[in-house]
Amino acid sequence: MLSLFTKSSEKSDLLLLALFAVVVFAMPIWLAPFGAAYPDLMQRFAIYGIFATGFNILFGLTGYLSFGHAAFLGVGSYTAVWTFKLLGMNPIPAIIAAIIVAGLFALLIGFISLRRSGIYFSILTLAFAQMCYNLAYSVLTPITNGETGLRVLRDDLRLFDAPTVGDGGPLLSHIGGIEMTGMPGFYFAAVLLVIMVGLAMRIFRSPFGMMLKAVKTNQTRLNYTGVNTRPYTLAAFVISGMYAGLAGALLCVIDPLAGAERMQWTASGEVVLMTILGGVGTIIGPILGAALIKYFENIFSAFNDQTLNDIFSFLPDQLQEGFVSVTSLFVGEGWNLSLGILFVIIVVFLPGGVTEGLNRIGRFGLRRLGIGHKSKNEDETSPAPGE
Amino acid sequence: MGILEVRDVNKNFGGLKALHNVNLDVQEGSVHAIIGPNGAGKSTLLNCFIGRLTPDTGSVMFNGSTLLGLKPHEINQAGVVRVFQTPEIFSELSLLENVMIPAFAKRDGAFKLNAFSDVARHGEIREKAMHMLEEVGLANDRDKTSSSMSRGDKRRLELAMCLVQDPVLLLLDEPTAGMSRADTNATIDLLKKIGGRGVTKIVIEHDMHVVFSLADRISVLAQGTVIVEDIPSKIKGNEKVQEAYLGGAHL
Ligand SMILES: Nc1ncnc2c1ncn2[C@@H]1O[C@H](COP(=O)(O)OP(=O)(O)OP(=O)(O)O)[C@@H](O)[C@H]1O
Ligand SMILES: [Mg+2]
Repeated sequence: MLSLFTKSSEKSDLLLLALFAVVVFAMPIWLAPFGAAYPDLMQRFAIYGIFATGFNILFGLTGYLSFGHAAFLGVGSYTAVWTFKLLGMNPIPAIIAAIIVAGLFALLIGFISLRRSGIYFSILTLAFAQMCYNLAYSVLTPITNGETGLRVLRDDLRLFDAPTVGDGGPLLSHIGGIEMTGMPGFYFAAVLLVIMVGLAMRIFRSPFGMMLKAVKTNQTRLNYTGVNTRPYTLAAFVISGMYAGLAGALLCVIDPLAGAERMQWTASGEVVLMTILGGVGTIIGPILGAALIKYFENIFSAFNDQTLNDIFSFLPDQLQEGFVSVTSLFVGEGWNLSLGILFVIIVVFLPGGVTEGLNRIGRFGLRRLGIGHKSKNEDETSPAPGE
Repeated sequence: MGILEVRDVNKNFGGLKALHNVNLDVQEGSVHAIIGPNGAGKSTLLNCFIGRLTPDTGSVMFNGSTLLGLKPHEINQAGVVRVFQTPEIFSELSLLENVMIPAFAKRDGAFKLNAFSDVARHGEIREKAMHMLEEVGLANDRDKTSSSMSRGDKRRLELAMCLVQDPVLLLLDEPTAGMSRADTNATIDLLKKIGGRGVTKIVIEHDMHVVFSLADRISVLAQGTVIVEDIPSKIKGNEKVQEAYLGGAHL
């Protein structure tokens, strides 16, 4: 169970994945006490979990910190909406198209950005993402519908959709008549999350993944070892771009609207935060980080002055006013401030992220229970009895 | 004709003539030692073979084709493998992984998108790496990360990482520096053993015990120039060599 939170490698991948699937599919049950069991939020948990998982394949394994991954999220969204417009509201073609187009974008941007490493790489990706944002926001308005955002219209081509009669409700993505909103939308995203996490586990465990880890520790040495590191990093970049494209498409599956703000640098920064907050280089960490951030965003941004006044109403008037004006800085629109503080605390005190914290608690708990927790490594290296 | 032919190689760093008209012929299957005082240009010369540096002028031919202009990974794939003077290992990975990586590079070439098979499924790579770790005496530590190792152990790991690739030409930059006498002797034995497999070696060493137990020929480098090249017995009493060493500021 503990190993779910660590980088440790065991042959029980499939078991862990099954466990993970159960936990994800049961979210409507166990999230209820936290007030987080409604579909909108759980959809976001799953979708941003995919985004962060893909991001972690690049950042966690190779150490290349992209500050422009929201570009691929946005490209995925636009592609999905265009697929809806042209082919119809079935999510499957939209997802496939989004993955392919985001992958191509990643190939192009990665090809150029990966000529540099470290901070220069980060800045290049940031620059490309801002370029994409500006293109989407103004220059490419005929394709992106600029500020207003791109949505599916009733008189769009929608080649494979049955002609709609009259006005009949909002246009939603659907498979076989099941509309991808609410719980079905969540389960659709959840199934894809489990699949994508399974793929990520395989990548982590593969020779390819091992090469990526070696890139992170010593790329120069790897070159002298006969490995051409450029295609490895490029492949990692494209794969993580495809994950982002899928996440972007899913955002449009549950709500067929794509806007340029999805590509802004704040969105790119958010996935970095998710990954670091949860635990870089672990499988479960980025998903946890994504869920935590989306959960707190949901809670904190819901507060307004009225709710704060209610909370502090037990205080004398003047104190109440003071408390409200201070705390209101950290909630509502200002919830990013709280996020920033949370982030600083984590990075300073728990550089390994939440997963490291959980591991520490786990180890501590086991020790208290008198169960010496031995990692597999320790077992293997200890001398055989009688030696 | 040698397997490695170095002709009139010059390399300047600013005003410093690090290498001056260096010539070298290394015979296939032989052990060629390069000795000389600190700062003589020995490591610089090796750097010119593996693509870390490009000589200003001159040529470096390996097996009849030039090494100049090739990328580091291409030179490695051609069979020229180097043990670094300061051990450069993958410090966050386990010892076994450190050795498996070059083994994968040898088998799969410079790039292979092997993204969905478990590393553990590649049993022959694992066995090869394990075998190599056993040969250098690190098998018991295979699952430890290499960051906490002693300098001598890192060196042995380096050696394992290079030997696992079955190199054609092995470049050893002070392979025993930082090792105890016992470990040094073990390394000499190991190098002699792989000599039996016909691997050509270039060894840079300050430890004359190592040089004279291994080398078939010796080139003496001083201030970027080869001052003598001969068989070991002739080098021992050579006046120029004595002078180069005694004149060297570091001795
Ligand atoms: N990249 C570089 N830039 C500038 N000068 C350099 C560079 N590399 C080496 N040098 C200089 O070139 C000379 C030769 O250095 P090199 O490392 O080849 O010596 P060496 O014979 O290997 O010495 P040692 O026995 O100490 O390892 C030295 O004076 C060194 O300072
Ligand atoms: Mg040197």
